Amino acid sequence: MFRAVFRLSATGARSLARSRPCYSAPLASRCYSHGKVETDEEFDARWVTYFSKPDIDAWELRKGMNTLIGYDLVPEAKILDSALRACRRLNDLASAIRILEAVKDKAGPHKDIYPYLIQELKPTLSELGISTPEELGIDKL
Amino acid sequence: MLATRALRLVGKRAISTSVCVRGGHGVAKVEDYTLPNLSPEQASLKEKEKGSWAALSDEEKIALYRISFKQSFAEMTQGSSEWKSVVGGMFFLIGFTGLVVLWQRKYVYGPVPHTFEAEYKEKELQRVLDMRMNPVEGFASKWDYENKQWKK
Repeated sequence: MFRAVFRLSATGARSLARSRPCYSAPLASRCYSHGKVETDEEFDARWVTYFSKPDIDAWELRKGMNTLIGYDLVPEAKILDSALRACRRLNDLASAIRILEAVKDKAGPHKDIYPYLIQELKPTLSELGISTPEELGIDKL
Repeated sequence: MLATRALRLVGKRAISTSVCVRGGHGVAKVEDYTLPNLSPEQASLKEKEKGSWAALSDEEKIALYRISFKQSFAEMTQGSSEWKSVVGGMFFLIGFTGLVVLWQRKYVYGPVPHTFEAEYKEKELQRVLDMRMNPVEGFASKWDYENKQWKK
């Protein structure tokens, strides 16, 4: 549900209204191309699985993040949680902080998304010892 | 035998492709995806990174960030004042063009046709009214023929 809220395309209102009938019944005739449409939950699950790979390597982390940031959406907290844990497995704090910066940038003019995500990720951030860009002062010039 | 064949091909290629083999320049620059040469402090910091991140101070965290990333998002996305130069330059060039146009008016173009003279224009206007051009809603409709003046 929240990912539908987070869709930031210019045709936002229109695609929001249109997307609901599609996602409740993936095989419904209302879909605009042949083939199944992936639901929000399936998308999230796929990405959580991608970052949860125990022996993920640095390239895969970078590739995954770059692809994810390329989408017209702000990733869910659980995907980011999985990505941050992947950074921990790779001993890469810089990437963890960068992920937080990137997500704030993705939210664009929607200023309430980033604080919400930080609030959701707070347990993970304290567990892994990741500081937010704001705590480090690198969000300012 | 394979090596000699490979060497022959390298020689035939353009310089740019043979240099690219070393990753020095091009689209996928090797500096963009590998760690730079680390100083001893940076190397020890990288070792410390393998332990608990909560044990790192803020300065250490920022130092680790800077090893991997040259600019933060804030630095990367900051605007510049370049637009002021661009707009200023635009106005300057438009002004210069105005001067060129004035100079042309004086030194390049010949006189306008005699049909622009005031006396000619008066005769033209008289003819237009005599011909009753556009008498319903247009030009001649604005002239009062009885009183020989423009309608009020």
